[in-house]
Amino acid sequence: MNWLRRGSNEPLWKEEFSVRTADERYVTRRQLTKFLVLTSLGMFVGNIWILVRSILYKAPIYPQQPVAQLGEIPVGGVKLFSYPTKEDHCIMIRTGEDEYVSYSQKCTHLSCAVYYSQAEDRLECPCHNGFFSIKDGAVLQGPPSRPLPRIVLEARGGQLIAIEVKG
Amino acid sequence: MRTSNELPPQNRGLTAISGAMSLIAILLIVQIWLLSATLESFLSGNRHTALPAAIFSGVMFLISLGLYAFVDRVDSGGRGSGNSV
Repeated sequence: MNWLRRGSNEPLWKEEFSVRTADERYVTRRQLTKFLVLTSLGMFVGNIWILVRSILYKAPIYPQQPVAQLGEIPVGGVKLFSYPTKEDHCIMIRTGEDEYVSYSQKCTHLSCAVYYSQAEDRLECPCHNGFFSIKDGAVLQGPPSRPLPRIVLEARGGQLIAIEVKG
Repeated sequence: MRTSNELPPQNRGLTAISGAMSLIAILLIVQIWLLSATLESFLSGNRHTALPAAIFSGVMFLISLGLYAFVDRVDSGGRGSGNSV
């Protein structure tokens, strides 16, 4: 790390704790500058990490999983299920006679579980009052900046089958 | 009012270092914003922003590194001209 300490043959402790009062101002400024540059390197590494993740990204293959019987829940009713893995909790709402919508239950802000508010007809996150549209999962209000991932459902043989996660 | 050439070398060095430090701080703020925006975009499923963001962030880091080298040079040049305790 000698390239960081160019121009001085003195030991580091002597350089950092100079006997000259005026030199102390240099030390604190230089140390702060070094800290800022190292933080800048950290930000760059973070961007590289995102780039690597983008390059290595592979579109996931989703299983087809029956999640409910047609007519199992009443209009305005809710059913919770897990898809595509047991750790991914989802919420399904019957919005009409033949209309069902389903979203990930994990709020896109800080991953609290969202619930359906029938009075307001929207999905609400109780942690920070993030509200999502029931139509498309878009953010209506609050700190979340991304919509809720949507679970694509298909009616087949009297069953509702989850086939894909979008978003 | 004294011009920069009339200032003592110690003060001139400190002014240059403060200027460089301010520039690095501004670049760092932009880099922090860029990283959060890229992450947000990546999590939304948009993966095309990662490359330009990484290049831009790298350029800003190199500029910061260059400014640090400048600070280091000014520092080693300005040292020793101050008052003893």
